[in-house]
Amino acid sequence: MALPLARSGRRDPLNPRKSTTLLIVMIVYALYTLIPLVWLLFSSTKTQAGLFSSFGLWFADDVAFIDNLVATFSYRDGIFLRWLGNTLLYVVVGAGGATLLATMAGYGLAKFRFPGRRAVFAIVLGAVAVPGTALAVPTFLLFSELGLTNTPWAVIIPSLISPFGLYLIWVFASESVPTELLEAARLDGAGELRTFFTVSIRLLAPGIVTVALFTVVATWNNYFLPLIMLSDPDWYPLTVGLNQWSAQAIGAGSQPIYNLVIMGSLLTIIPIVIAFLLLQRFWQSGLTAGSVKQ
Amino acid sequence: MTTHTISTAPPPSRGRRREKLDWKGWAFVGPFMVVFALVFLTPLAYALYLSFFQEKLIGGTSFVGLDNYVRALTDPQFWESFGRVLLFLVVQVPIMLALALAAALALDSARLRGASFFRILIFLPYAVPAVVAVLMWGYIYGDQFGLTSNINDLLGVDAITPFAKEWMLVSIGNIVTWEFVGYNMLIFYSSLKTIPSEMYEAAALDGAGAWRTIFSIKVPSVRGALVIATIFSIIGSFQLFNEPNILRPLAPNVITTFYTPNMYAYNLSFAGQQFNYAATIAIIMGVITAVIAYVVQLRGSASEVR
Repeated sequence: MALPLARSGRRDPLNPRKSTTLLIVMIVYALYTLIPLVWLLFSSTKTQAGLFSSFGLWFADDVAFIDNLVATFSYRDGIFLRWLGNTLLYVVVGAGGATLLATMAGYGLAKFRFPGRRAVFAIVLGAVAVPGTALAVPTFLLFSELGLTNTPWAVIIPSLISPFGLYLIWVFASESVPTELLEAARLDGAGELRTFFTVSIRLLAPGIVTVALFTVVATWNNYFLPLIMLSDPDWYPLTVGLNQWSAQAIGAGSQPIYNLVIMGSLLTIIPIVIAFLLLQRFWQSGLTAGSVKQ
Repeated sequence: MTTHTISTAPPPSRGRRREKLDWKGWAFVGPFMVVFALVFLTPLAYALYLSFFQEKLIGGTSFVGLDNYVRALTDPQFWESFGRVLLFLVVQVPIMLALALAAALALDSARLRGASFFRILIFLPYAVPAVVAVLMWGYIYGDQFGLTSNINDLLGVDAITPFAKEWMLVSIGNIVTWEFVGYNMLIFYSSLKTIPSEMYEAAALDGAGAWRTIFSIKVPSVRGALVIATIFSIIGSFQLFNEPNILRPLAPNVITTFYTPNMYAYNLSFAGQQFNYAATIAIIMGVITAVIAYVVQLRGSASEVR
């Protein structure tokens, strides 16, 4: 398995000189990627009046970054903080649970032959092709029969399933957990679950981090599911709440709070970007390993 | 990732014969399958059930056979929304995947200075929630304080009008492209990294240039990843909802309640209480998506065998 950064340009005689044209092209694309984010950063320092009167990619006359920050957290008795807490709850329980379930199931599929194994494959991987949102309306109706709508469970339970995570762990476990090792543990009389939690889980670590990161992103960014499941703003995650703030600017008697939407957006991005940057070594090697399978 | 994502074949395993058939595996797979049944299989069955019934003001719920399907297939609003996402799919997906593949090849080429910096930068938008991405771009597009208005002010004319009827789909396409090039780039890049370096050495000995290497070695090697990315993108396009729905308040006259099939199903159920018809629309879109994804997968793996 090639490590992502192992092939360094200068040491490999096969590698040609660096290309300036390529660099310029990539810089242009990088600018496209960055401009909205830079716009968001500059805009987060502006008052509402400043937003209207200044150029998007530079500061306005008065800098109101701290004011916006305070206003975002104190608006409507600190509802933003509540939304942040809700999001964290959905991420920790939803993404955490999804990672655990996908890891166990992927490992089970890779390392055990059991009746119904092929059926599990067929059903789960076939389900990937079914549009998730196609299931939204029936799921909503079902959950409302069960009395689950407008509770955190309505957001958490559907987040617990990650077919992509299951696939990644299945590939990863097939490659990196030697069957001989499991057999040795069995001979020693260790139970299967015990072996899993003490031995296998360590070997699976890069794959687990990758799955965790992607399920965290999926739940942190989840919009459609909470939108249909929740009607009480007290249970909103950040995404639905921000969109509601934004919609406040529309219609008769509107009270635009653009500065708060922009600051809120910035605050919503920051944690997830930091998580990606800090964990990049793990998820990049995890993904590469996931594609090794031939 | 290779085509194995969709394949149901068990992974080749050396110690296979010695593993005995028992039920222990269910201890690991069971919990996943229980939740899976609750959030995937049951709603799917329920949607099917709903699609065969109709709720009437008088007489309550009654079985109507395929009436809902006949209605959907002759519904001009449904076909308009379907045509729109199909157009979106045919134009936006190739652009996005081509950009992603080009970026992955550039990052992998070893001719790029600062490759790891560019890799993380291009991937970054994937971590931005769709809501935030659309709000940002929506403001940027806007004529009040967006960059668009800055440019138009500079030019003195309304040169760029992202919310105009004829540009709206392009504006949405731009947002989706911005969000997902990085994700697809990473899929391709991971796949490129698995090409053994001996292949490159052999190619170099044969005197193959950079372009030759790209088209004879690299592109064929990422075919599996390309199939996967295409399938995900097809599913994503047919499900298009977040971007138009969040932009809708900014351009209510352009983005109708039936702008995409998903928005149509959503508005039918939550604004119109027509749950049965909404479920039918969802089932039809699910079937179309699954069939197209299956065909792409078959064609993709068939040409790989050849």
